Amino acid sequence: MSDVTSTNMPSASGTVDRRSWYAKNKLRVAPWLFLAPALIFFVIYVVLPIFQSLWISFFEWDGLGEAKWVGVGNYIELMDDDRFYTSLYNNVLWLVLYMLAVPAGLFIALFLNQTVTGMRIYKSLFFFPFVISQVVVGLIFTWFYNPNFGIVGKIWQFFGAAPPSILGDENLVTYGIIFAGLWPQIAYCMILYLTGLNNVSPDQVEAGRLDNAKGWKMLWYVVLPQLKPATFIAIVVTVIGALRSFDMIAIMTQGGPYGTSNVLSYYMFETALSEYGFRMGYGSAIAAVLFFIMLFFISYFLWNMYQEEKVGR
Amino acid sequence: MIKSLIRATAVLGTATLLATTAFAGDLVINFDDPNPGPKKGFETAVEKFKAANPDINVTVNITDREAHKTAIRNFLSADAPDITSWYPGNRMAPFVNANLFEDVSDLWSSDANLSSKFEAIKPTMTIDGKQWGVPYTYYQWGIYYRKDIFDKMGISEPKTWAELIAASKKLKEGGVTPFTIGTKFLWTAAGVFDYLNLRTNGYDVHNQLTAGKIKYTDPRIRATFAKWKELVDMGAFVENHATMSWQDAIAPFAKGEAAMYVMGNFSVDGYKNAGLKEDQIDYFPFPEITPGVPRAEEAPADAFFIPAKAKNKEDARKFLAFIAQPEIQSEWNSTIGQLPPNSDAKVGDDKFIQQGFETVSTAAGLAQFFDRDAPAEMAKAGMEGFQEFMIKPDRLDAILKRLDKVQERVYK
Repeated sequence: MSDVTSTNMPSASGTVDRRSWYAKNKLRVAPWLFLAPALIFFVIYVVLPIFQSLWISFFEWDGLGEAKWVGVGNYIELMDDDRFYTSLYNNVLWLVLYMLAVPAGLFIALFLNQTVTGMRIYKSLFFFPFVISQVVVGLIFTWFYNPNFGIVGKIWQFFGAAPPSILGDENLVTYGIIFAGLWPQIAYCMILYLTGLNNVSPDQVEAGRLDNAKGWKMLWYVVLPQLKPATFIAIVVTVIGALRSFDMIAIMTQGGPYGTSNVLSYYMFETALSEYGFRMGYGSAIAAVLFFIMLFFISYFLWNMYQEEKVGR
Repeated sequence: MIKSLIRATAVLGTATLLATTAFAGDLVINFDDPNPGPKKGFETAVEKFKAANPDINVTVNITDREAHKTAIRNFLSADAPDITSWYPGNRMAPFVNANLFEDVSDLWSSDANLSSKFEAIKPTMTIDGKQWGVPYTYYQWGIYYRKDIFDKMGISEPKTWAELIAASKKLKEGGVTPFTIGTKFLWTAAGVFDYLNLRTNGYDVHNQLTAGKIKYTDPRIRATFAKWKELVDMGAFVENHATMSWQDAIAPFAKGEAAMYVMGNFSVDGYKNAGLKEDQIDYFPFPEITPGVPRAEEAPADAFFIPAKAKNKEDARKFLAFIAQPEIQSEWNSTIGQLPPNSDAKVGDDKFIQQGFETVSTAAGLAQFFDRDAPAEMAKAGMEGFQEFMIKPDRLDAILKRLDKVQERVYK
């Protein structure tokens, strides 16, 4: 033991590389060592649970007793479940309407991208909704929408109309919640574009101006192409935000009235973990569907990013 | 530095070891209501138990009700206390079926109180002919109303369906909505349904329906909905009820915009906190619908159970027998303003408790509640259906067919 260390210690000037394996491969090993903690936790807390839930989705299980193998029974039941289709439809609505946050964020960012005294204050005011918790946003909008004392009710009454009960009407409720969700999401997109606008090169704008580009044309052909990275990130976070919309629904309606504002993530929670739920298998099946929808988008984004990187190199 | 750290962890380790190993004589109780009244009632009973059994070292954990509902699934299978609070009826069924609750039938047959003074409530504590827990309280449901408004409009407490409809019409004419309700969390609608069903068809139909033996499309259940439709069609319920919790729904009641509320007795506190005086509110049992149907009431109970994995079941049984005594139940329930299940116990002198006791003790049958008598999944689907019906009564057929579908799956 002591022998080995003593020969290793002093000189390694001979032709034979006497350094330890680690010393020889330091450069190759080091990144993995640094990555290891993250990887281990990623596997334990993200990858394994994914496969676990996929596995559970083939069982009928209340979380307590024996799990009963039902094969694809849960998925077959899903095909015949009105609530599931309502949730799926609402998820699509969320995806489509949530996209409004991207152009809206862009225009607010363009508007705020000027040098006026006190601009920082205005910027932070516009950014404010993103800072407050979704729960608070949900609560505030619940009060807004209240037909008896909310601002919406007051406006309607001012025009002499009977105020609608936005969160109590199956045709309006999802739009109401999405609108509330848009408020912080627009702020998020805005901040992404604001940082993007900082990197827009003044020379190109100048050059465009010399070529007589103005207004929309300037925006479309000169500014927007340079904002492509920001647009990409804004779309990614908005898509993911739309698919995982949960807090707003939990706070504002709990999926109600009678399940019409449900989305997949909340429906999963409701069937698997809420007071009247504990159908772990069925909940997992819903989670699996949501997972594959997300996987579709995420792989597209990753692929897209990969292509960009390749070009960049 | 490292040495002291090791020493510290060692000390900590032994300390936790000491804390978790229950010695004979240690009794751990999990209770689920931190609100001042219920907490006080529980703690007083525990103090008395300690005084009577000085050799037992009682530890009490009090958690929030909603948190308890989730936590119980974990602690029953992992780190079980010796006693936990929970609900009877179908709410205890999953734990009974998973062998997580201890069978306490022996106590029910041997204990002087349990064997003879709990007859009315015994069925709800029973599954497979065995008893699984001991109830410490229950409360009545019924119609709470604004007495001042009734008096002003010259309306007296309705005794029959016709009188209730007449009273509702009179209230509407006077610009007051007859009923307030908040169905955001669904179960309030189940209260209305249960009463309409109990009065239209009686106790047996209620039980057969929640046990999955009658279809929702059954003509008898349709008759129940027909009565409900009469109320919905005349606009007897406040608008926007789907966005309100039961507490939110107190606001129109307190403001005098609505005059009646189908509710449990726990709501009285809410009315008083909303600024109503004792003489402004009163109570009457839900009126008769089909003449001759014996009057059954909703009276949900709360109870204590011994987890199957409890370490000190002997002392746990002592505690259950202790809280079944009439004196303990009297004091506990007068503190929390509810009814003692022991028939020898004294009932508090509050006017709502007195009226409730009279209603419940003369009832032909006691139902727990739709969401306690029916399995969870059925309850959820059913209550969503009730809410949908209250907003879109025309969809009744589709709703009932959907409920039949769920029923077929749940009770297979």
